[in-house]
Amino acid sequence: MPSTINEYFQLMPFLIIGIGIILSVVIEISSKSSKEILPWFSIILFFATALYSITNISEHAVLFGGMVEVGGKPAIFNFIFNLGAMLVVMSSIGYLKKYGTYFGEYYILIQSSVLGMMVMAGSKDILMIFLGLELMSICFYVLAGINRNKLGANEAAMKYFLLGSFTTGFIVYGIALIYGTTGTTSIQNLIDNFGEYSSNIIFVTGLILFLIGFSFKIAAVPFHMWVPDVYQGSATTVTGLMSTTGKTAAFSVLIIMLTSIFTLNSANIFKPYFSAIAVLSMFFGSIVAISQNNLKRMLAYSSISHAGYMAVGLAAANSYSISGIIFYLAAYAFMNIGAFSVISIIEGENDSRTDINVYAGLNSKNPVLAAFMALFMFALAGIPPMAGFFGKYYVFVGAIESNLTWLAILGVISSMISVYFYLRVIVFMYFKDAEENFEIEVAPYSLSSVVISGVLVLMFGLFPDMLLRLITAVVSL
Amino acid sequence: MKIDLILFFLLAGIAVVTSILVITRRNAIISAVFLVLNFFALAGLYLLLNAQFISVVQIIVYAGAIMVLFLFVLMLLRTDNESPILSDKRPLKYFAILISVFVFVQIAYLLFAGKPSRNITPDEAASINSGTIQAIGKELYTNYIIPFEVAGFLLLAATIGALVLAKKKFE
Amino acid sequence: MSILEIIVISLIKILLVVIVMLTTVAYLVYFERKISAWAQNRIGPNRVGFHGLLQPFADVFKLLLKEDIVPDAANRPLHTLAPFIALFVSFATYAVIPFGPSVNIFGYDIKLVVADVNIGILYVLALTSLGVYGITFAGWSSGSKYSLLGGVRSSAQMISYEVSMGFSIAGVLLLSESLRPIDIVNAQHGWMWNAIVQPIGFITFVVSAFAETNRLPFDLPEAEPELVGGYHTEYSSFKFAGFFLAEYANMIIASCLIVTLYLGGWQNPLVDISGLTGTVATLLYVASFLFKVAFMLFFFIWVRWSIPRFRYDQLMNLGWKVMFPLALVNIIWVAALIMIFNL
Repeated sequence: MPSTINEYFQLMPFLIIGIGIILSVVIEISSKSSKEILPWFSIILFFATALYSITNISEHAVLFGGMVEVGGKPAIFNFIFNLGAMLVVMSSIGYLKKYGTYFGEYYILIQSSVLGMMVMAGSKDILMIFLGLELMSICFYVLAGINRNKLGANEAAMKYFLLGSFTTGFIVYGIALIYGTTGTTSIQNLIDNFGEYSSNIIFVTGLILFLIGFSFKIAAVPFHMWVPDVYQGSATTVTGLMSTTGKTAAFSVLIIMLTSIFTLNSANIFKPYFSAIAVLSMFFGSIVAISQNNLKRMLAYSSISHAGYMAVGLAAANSYSISGIIFYLAAYAFMNIGAFSVISIIEGENDSRTDINVYAGLNSKNPVLAAFMALFMFALAGIPPMAGFFGKYYVFVGAIESNLTWLAILGVISSMISVYFYLRVIVFMYFKDAEENFEIEVAPYSLSSVVISGVLVLMFGLFPDMLLRLITAVVSL
Repeated sequence: MKIDLILFFLLAGIAVVTSILVITRRNAIISAVFLVLNFFALAGLYLLLNAQFISVVQIIVYAGAIMVLFLFVLMLLRTDNESPILSDKRPLKYFAILISVFVFVQIAYLLFAGKPSRNITPDEAASINSGTIQAIGKELYTNYIIPFEVAGFLLLAATIGALVLAKKKFE
Repeated sequence: MSILEIIVISLIKILLVVIVMLTTVAYLVYFERKISAWAQNRIGPNRVGFHGLLQPFADVFKLLLKEDIVPDAANRPLHTLAPFIALFVSFATYAVIPFGPSVNIFGYDIKLVVADVNIGILYVLALTSLGVYGITFAGWSSGSKYSLLGGVRSSAQMISYEVSMGFSIAGVLLLSESLRPIDIVNAQHGWMWNAIVQPIGFITFVVSAFAETNRLPFDLPEAEPELVGGYHTEYSSFKFAGFFLAEYANMIIASCLIVTLYLGGWQNPLVDISGLTGTVATLLYVASFLFKVAFMLFFFIWVRWSIPRFRYDQLMNLGWKVMFPLALVNIIWVAALIMIFNL
């Protein structure tokens, strides 16, 4: 059917970023000082989109004949993506000079990846999911290896690319089977006729392949093998982006696809699958993280275990646990970006100073950074009243509602294990003496990124109702 | 026998034989040559299914662009010095066989036991119409305009990414 | 018409086209030598036959009688296959070129085109994209570094220029609203020739056509000073003749395409005005087509002997930074024309 101009105006968040990308390319081509202009341009773009999304959350609509959804859940996700990307860009300005990749294309790629995530979160058609996923992933492959002179970055990019293409294979195959059996790619159609389709084994195979593909993307065990190397090898700011907004985008797709299960109250046929990957990821991530001395690698394993907690919510699959996941994703995004921003400030040239020993005595060197790092670690550990606590709390309550009490108990045990390695960082910072002396150059933008993340984490922790009310209002849409 | 049936068996035969040759040749370039031939047979099969556009695009994109780039790389790499990967790595071979069997079982199931797709229509005129370039163009620019635009951004991002990875030096 | 009649008529058309093609190719070589002589103030071939008119046949016999040498390092099957691919591609393209309107002979209404396909232009693009295989295979299978470099160069060059070629054609298709060559010709009725309506597209297409046919100033794949002979360094005898033939056949097909897409095909406004109908008019239309093609061929040769070869980076820069944006500008121009004048 013909689309109207009005429909295009409702696509405003996409338009802002899309036109922004094209303008950025033009700036990059035409201006010598593009690398000074582009970060600010990106910050403005991301901020505008985030602001627009969060203020227009109630204008829920499905546009272009059931292709894209705006307002509602996508608006919340867009808020997370854009604010997260904005913070990452802020901490990149100082970091990239140190890292040796000081050029404008970096920001264009970040913008493109955010557009991909927004497409994923807003899609009402499997085709859109796939395109968004590829847009995001291709940008991430390049961003991971953005510094070609570093062996670690090359390794990260190569591993990420190979595993990512493998994953894409799963997803495309799944999509092909789904389309082959149903004759449609519309998610609305899948939701409406789910009961009928799910009796077809080929359809279920397709859906499982699709879920396996996205399990790779959310970094759940046993599909996690790429995570530690990629997160450690990539530029720290890029890792911050991949581990938070990238994960959020993958979860947004899972939530969209599985809406059918809890809106129709039909039996959740994927409960065993998600329970299994939830238990495996929680424990594997928490236990392996204990023995890590490299902070980036530790956060990579922590990211695996967080994917496990969120998967608990998918196994529960009631509207309570889904709101919990979205809240958790928002909280996790800002605490993780904050933590990675701190790491990017401390990190020296040539990937040095990412070890936990470096953080010994940080409090005496830079009390502000130490305080914020402690805040993020507490939040990641899920200690009340930080944002991380409420994320886990809502998810576990949702699990109990769906008679998955055992899963909730295992989750609590696992988070108790994980407290050890988060607190270890704090112990190093406050109760140990510095081993080596080095100057910390704190760029003002990076610091403001840390501060903003800290404020958001505190805000979500102290007033969780504010965000949760927004989420519960839209989750049933 | 009807002429399209003869053509079908001819093209299907070529497709099967060439695809076997692709995986059994030692020389990677010869494999690539047979793959090109395989694409031709597939294009012919698409044509028999009244999918003109897909058929021509199969040749232009796969045979004409992608395989040329493949050859380009293979020619410059001198692959003949490298030992065949499958004979060195046994588990990989079994894994490949496993995947092939899985796909085969699945296709067999689809053909003999699965329900037909919901869109299958016995109306031949409709199927001819839906395969024309006009019909595809109309769909792309109306119902699928948003995926089309997103695909444009995808290509832009991929181009910029390739540039970042390949550019000699940044000022 | 019964199947048998269709087959017979098609066979006659194919035979006619192939014979015309082969003789044209043979004499094109002669004319190239004559024109180059004229451009360089020489006399050119004048020994065999009247003013050297039998020279092409002498050349062909010479090549046929030579020894066929295949280098030791060559991959024999591909080395043999390569010239045939090149020949096949250039000859197969003629199938969709219309050289006149319908004609009525012995009660049969015959279209003056071998195959009237509704995706004719896509067919041409598909075949041109395959043309690169002949040269690439020739380059690789010879087992010589000069050949390989020539082959690699040609694939890069042809892929690059295919893009702007395809985009130039998009402008034509916007106006004709069809991919059928006959419809495209009919859409250029009167003086509505695409070369006049969309001059930018015409220029980008002609330049891309030069690059696709590997003619000077874009004959990098066989640049003698750097690559000895490029992809056909290691070819001799009949296989060399194959490449030689293919190059000139490509030139003819490029000219035919330019005429069909941009110069109104067989259309001739003067014949329209004169009010002639029937067979006479048809013959005049065919004559106009042939005249236009002959002019384009002369243009090809003329350019070859006037402009020096590009350097490789210049060639790539021209392709991607000039021709490609220009082709896009052309599409916008045509779209604007359609919007304003409701064409």
